[in-house]
Amino acid sequence: MQLSGKTNLIALGALVIVLAIIPNFLANNYQVSILILIALYTIMTVGLSLLMGYAGQISLGQAVFYGFGGYITAWLAVRNDVPPIIAMLMAAIVTGVFAYVVGIPMLRLRGHYLAMATLGLNVIFELAVMQETAWTGGPDGFKGIPKFSIGDFVFETDREMYYVVWFFALLILVLSLNIVNSRVGRALRAVHASEIAAEMSGVDTAHYKVAVLVLSAVYASIAGSLYAFWIGIISPSVYHLTFSIELVVMVAIGGLASVWGAIFGAASVTLIAEGLRNILPQLLRGASGEQEIIAFGIILILVMIFLPEGLTTGSIQRLRKWRADRAMVADLQRSVDVMGGEPPRAA
Amino acid sequence: MAIETQILQLIFAGVTVGSIYALLALGFVVIHNVTGIVNFAQGDFAMLGALVAVTLTEKTPIFNRVFVADFNLPLPVAIALSTLIVSAIGVLFYLVAIRPAQGASIISLIIITIGAHFVFQGAALITWAADPYSLPRFTSGGPLEVIGAILTQQNMWVIGVTIFLLVLLYLFFDRTLLGKALRACAINRTAARLMGININRMALLSFALSAAIGALAGIVITPANSMSYGDGTFLSLKGFVAAIMGGLNSATGAVVGGIILGILEMFGARYLSSGYKDAIAFVVLFAILFARMSGWLKQGQTQTEEAGL
Repeated sequence: MQLSGKTNLIALGALVIVLAIIPNFLANNYQVSILILIALYTIMTVGLSLLMGYAGQISLGQAVFYGFGGYITAWLAVRNDVPPIIAMLMAAIVTGVFAYVVGIPMLRLRGHYLAMATLGLNVIFELAVMQETAWTGGPDGFKGIPKFSIGDFVFETDREMYYVVWFFALLILVLSLNIVNSRVGRALRAVHASEIAAEMSGVDTAHYKVAVLVLSAVYASIAGSLYAFWIGIISPSVYHLTFSIELVVMVAIGGLASVWGAIFGAASVTLIAEGLRNILPQLLRGASGEQEIIAFGIILILVMIFLPEGLTTGSIQRLRKWRADRAMVADLQRSVDVMGGEPPRAA
Repeated sequence: MAIETQILQLIFAGVTVGSIYALLALGFVVIHNVTGIVNFAQGDFAMLGALVAVTLTEKTPIFNRVFVADFNLPLPVAIALSTLIVSAIGVLFYLVAIRPAQGASIISLIIITIGAHFVFQGAALITWAADPYSLPRFTSGGPLEVIGAILTQQNMWVIGVTIFLLVLLYLFFDRTLLGKALRACAINRTAARLMGININRMALLSFALSAAIGALAGIVITPANSMSYGDGTFLSLKGFVAAIMGGLNSATGAVVGGIILGILEMFGARYLSSGYKDAIAFVVLFAILFARMSGWLKQGQTQTEEAGL
């Protein structure tokens, strides 16, 4: 979906206003925490959407970068008393370097192979976190991660954290919109459309693919750090494979090549998941709420069959086509009226 | 324990586990050859096969203990019926989710099979909850002992069923017209179509066959290892690694890959680190993919890869 700079600015302004006033209408911390989750997922989904939609590369291991961010931040902040914002920055750098190192060989793989390799990375990461207890705290994870702070100001409550997390989410959104609408964005779309053609037009495809992976990894790392500061505890269960796949669901629903769709995908999946978690145990006595995955499965399949461009991009394209068709029919009708002939009969 | 006993014991265990990987890998190869799709839900066929068989043969509380399934069928009947049911599920999966998406990109198809994996897993969770189930041993005789290493009867069943299925599949693909038509699709879909082979029907058949093989794989291991709703994930992953070890388009390769993977896992768990046992498959996967990329294993390159997979 291509939006002009002006439309983007208006949409962004509206979003900022809505986000700024929403907390006043929220009844409890549960609702605030859901909005924080949406912001964290938005950060990651934007990155993954760039990777999947623009660069055409799938990653089923995005939770690894999220985990890198979380664990490095926790390790620096808890064991070494590094101030939060510096810990976050250092985690992002390390994660970026890590993504670069694994990305160079991995992104030479394609399709199913890349999907499996990234999945494998996730499995290995999970095992390593469980096994290397000296570094990671094993199954118990890290406890007592300090709250986020800048200088002396500590973001103590969920509501305060809400503004921090959304600040980063919006920052990343703006950055990504700029990337998409720049020379780099065009190069990426070219890579997605045809790697060979892009290569022939002088685009260094390998370079761009790795660059987007690194970018998405840095985003994920930032989200991971923020999560660690917010919750205060991190443990391996957060970085499970299922989370990586849920992120792909968010991108798929939001639209494979749509920065704005990423917010929509992150928000709808989070809300559906929370809704199901609350409703399912009532419908099905004793259900743990984990059964929500069946709904995600069905949504994924339906979206991929009927709107492979994603729910937002796909619907907008459908709508545009429908409007264009209608305009054409109207034009035809008018010309027929002018000519004074019989209206065309439907074939 | 003497070292040769130890090694033989690990080989026995490895071949048993490897046989399961081999069967799952075969399932991947059959579908991939005919349709070009890698079915991430392959392991769920094994999970479903096992759980359906358990339900048919033993008193099982289902749907949150709302119902109690009490079919009490004899084990062989339950196994046959479960294989048929899962095969039908495979066909349904193809008709509902794969055929309508014809012409979709590889990313879309990957996401669809992942979606199916979620659906199967969620449905199993709703039906059987998160409890582990197991089947009774097929036969109750004593184990085979070779220089102190033990091969249980169930392990022999696993290996035996794998060999039996391989022979059956060989005969099917080599001696029957239908099998030859499937192979023709694998070699060149367009040419096969021009020869009057109904590609859609062949794709459907490949899902039915692959689901049945998967179900049997799940059934034969369930007396030794228990099975629960989430076990499909790792079975899929390892089956896929085994299939790639064999080049993703060769049935023989898939079987050899599966058995080598099983043995590597057992030795790795014993001599390197038991905690990283599940990582071994992926280390192997990376090694193979990167080796192939740098041209060491060029002969493994297949037609589909050349076509831009």
